[in-house]
Amino acid sequence: MPDINTVFQIAGVGIIMAMLHTVLKQAGKEEWAHWASVIGFVVVLFMIATYINELFQTIKTIFYFK
Amino acid sequence: MDIMQVVGFGIVATVMAMVVKEQKPAFAFLIVMATGVVIFLSILDSLRSVILMIERLAYQSNVNMIFLGTVLKIIGIAYIAEFGAQITKDAGQEGIASKIELAGKILILALAVPIISIVVETVLKLMPS
Repeated sequence: MPDINTVFQIAGVGIIMAMLHTVLKQAGKEEWAHWASVIGFVVVLFMIATYINELFQTIKTIFYFK
Repeated sequence: MDIMQVVGFGIVATVMAMVVKEQKPAFAFLIVMATGVVIFLSILDSLRSVILMIERLAYQSNVNMIFLGTVLKIIGIAYIAEFGAQITKDAGQEGIASKIELAGKILILALAVPIISIVVETVLKLMPS
């Protein structure tokens, strides 16, 4: 099985982001909480984009698109 | 990869997505997408051996390689379109999903055009003028 860890990583980042959001909100820093969420989202999106790229390259080689 | 592993992984990922969805729905969607990619990647190895077998059969029976390549491309387009359409459908965007499916169908039709024209030309050649 190739990359199960990625999924657990994403879930972990999601839970940590939720905690961070709550803590920052409780501390009264709404703006910071918002930016933290956005940055976490971008990081995870980047990871997933890398994996989707890998998937599409593999499909291209298997199905003679090259 | 074993089917048990795929099913277990899918169930675990579903539970994780449900837990995260309470806090952040966007991350739940990203988990679902990553799960789809991982399962697809794990399938691809078996798929590769099947396609190599088909290719060997076609080579031994002297099928024109243009036809085989076109058919394989069509299957590839169908898989990718299905994958994208299901992910967008999971995110609740039925409209985009149906547009992806439409694009897949039209691209498949466009790939089949050379084969169709060859068939039509062959039939026209057979007809007495």
